[in-house]
Amino acid sequence: MEQNITSSPNLRRVAIDPISRVEGHGKITLLLDDENHIHEARFHIVEFRGFEKFIQGRPYWEVPFLVQRLCGICPVSHQLAAAKAVDQLVGVERLTPTAEKLRRLLHFGQTLQSHALHFFHLSSPDLLFGFGSNPAQRNIVGVLDKYPELALKGVKLRKYGQQVIAAIAGKRIHGTATVPGGMNKILTIAERDALLVDIKDILAWSQDALALNEQIHTANPEHRDFATIRSNFLSMVGSGGELEIYHGGLRARSASGATIFDQFDYRGYQQIIREEVRPWSYMKFPFLIELGKEQGWYRVGPLARVNNCDFISTPLAEAARKRFKEFGQGGFVHDTLAYHWARMIEALHCAEAIYMLLHDDEITGTDLVADLGEKRREGIGVIEAPRGTLFHHYQIDEEGLITKANLIVSTTGNNQAMNESVRSVANAYLDGREITEGLLNHLEVAVRAYDPCLSCATHALGKMPLQVELLDADGMLVDRLTKGGNGVIERTV
Amino acid sequence: MVKLLLFGYGNPGRGDDALGPELIGRIAQLHLADVECQNDMQLQVEHVTDLAACKRVLFIDADISCAEPFDFSEIGAVKDDSYTSHAMSPTALLHAYSQVYGKDAPPAFLLRIRGYDFELGDPLTGKASANLERATEKVRDWLADIQVVRE
Repeated sequence: MEQNITSSPNLRRVAIDPISRVEGHGKITLLLDDENHIHEARFHIVEFRGFEKFIQGRPYWEVPFLVQRLCGICPVSHQLAAAKAVDQLVGVERLTPTAEKLRRLLHFGQTLQSHALHFFHLSSPDLLFGFGSNPAQRNIVGVLDKYPELALKGVKLRKYGQQVIAAIAGKRIHGTATVPGGMNKILTIAERDALLVDIKDILAWSQDALALNEQIHTANPEHRDFATIRSNFLSMVGSGGELEIYHGGLRARSASGATIFDQFDYRGYQQIIREEVRPWSYMKFPFLIELGKEQGWYRVGPLARVNNCDFISTPLAEAARKRFKEFGQGGFVHDTLAYHWARMIEALHCAEAIYMLLHDDEITGTDLVADLGEKRREGIGVIEAPRGTLFHHYQIDEEGLITKANLIVSTTGNNQAMNESVRSVANAYLDGREITEGLLNHLEVAVRAYDPCLSCATHALGKMPLQVELLDADGMLVDRLTKGGNGVIERTV
Repeated sequence: MVKLLLFGYGNPGRGDDALGPELIGRIAQLHLADVECQNDMQLQVEHVTDLAACKRVLFIDADISCAEPFDFSEIGAVKDDSYTSHAMSPTALLHAYSQVYGKDAPPAFLLRIRGYDFELGDPLTGKASANLERATEKVRDWLADIQVVRE
């Protein structure tokens, strides 16, 4: 397909492959015209394929465990979305109170650790040192050097989230937390008490992280415009309009805040969302049917959720949400870098929610599985994963084998938005015919704001080069930078 | 404190990326005294807390570029810029350990097992399976050398 790109006499191609510090392999192709203006940006995700094929033919009860292998960062999110779909397959409409609370606790733990990873390890180097600072410093080691106390809090926040997961799932990864219609193991009083030991520190550190993000974003006017685009927003909300990441209805609002739909039952998602296939990308482009392909793309994830909800049910996060709304002067905050701010509001919400659940007597209950109902051939589970709304849709045959699967993962939801943000940054920072490290850094900062999960967990040593290529209108190589797995950058023209 | 931490990482659902966890599974079945077997999808900075609880560590990973069938080496802390994903290199993790705890990390070794194909849903390739057998023998011999015994 890239041959087609360069076949136009007026376009030049800039390829950046892959984006560093995001999961797996990505590539950006910038299409230039003869005047070196960006005509189009294409953010390729080259490994994002095969999910549905991977699942087809497997028994439905295996699916929540199989899908944990889709992603090394959010395996719990996939497990929970699949588990919700499986609940429907076995005719369960409502879990027992303990089972639902355990699933929520699991999800809060997962989201907390994922958000902590993103901020402390991936984005804080950019935010603390500046986008154009020395790359040798702009990483977690640099943060550990210069801000050791902050970095250590990040390590411990992430560790705590994983302890929550391990306590509920039985082990750190690939645990067997869910079963059709419920949960597999109780949370013992000893396990709960162990989690209570550090929860006040976790709350305090989450507040510190939020304060830092808020201060950085509000004190740097250039952050407002960087990679910023106006978009529709899609997220789940609770029945009262509150922030909700486990179960609720779908809400979509336009860039100006007008409601497109609200409290929509996600089991009918195919009535409101369609996925467009484009020949140059493995990843589909979802859009809101009502607005059409051109206008219907949207953003998901923390920025969408915090913008879209009417309130947050925990007090500290709600106070933070109000400040966020004040910053947006009552309207939506469209700043792409405000994803980081919104992410930390959610991290604080997770910490508060964990605190509350650990003090809820039902969390250590023993009634874990609901009565199974009439089996169904179709199940659709949706949750708000750390990076955004996650859809799992399965159909089964008489023997319970998966005949059809459709997954819309969070990164897919932000597909068009990432392209738009990349185009915005490239327009601002590409200068002439040379790929500069500065351009690369700025593109990475834009992509990282969305925290895309690209290949979902393959990372074998030696597979992480970073290459930047500039080709002229005839497809000839003009410039190329290669960034090795050790961070060393070489010009190889 | 455990004497030895065996830490395999990789995604068991992605072909030869499963080499690390596969080997860990085999060693765990030996029920060795004072040995902790851990695995995870990726190596990350919070794993410094696992290192804090051991006297020696062996990292085990799939590698698409090392010599066949495996490469075994002692490694040290390196301040590098390998933070190119949601994952860290083991040498960078050792460096992070010294930053977090203000002292040197425990002696560390890295076993890289040659892999070939990392597609989602694929099993280990035949060549990787053969390399895994050889690597398992190597780990057993190494454990005997350092006098790790069965429980």
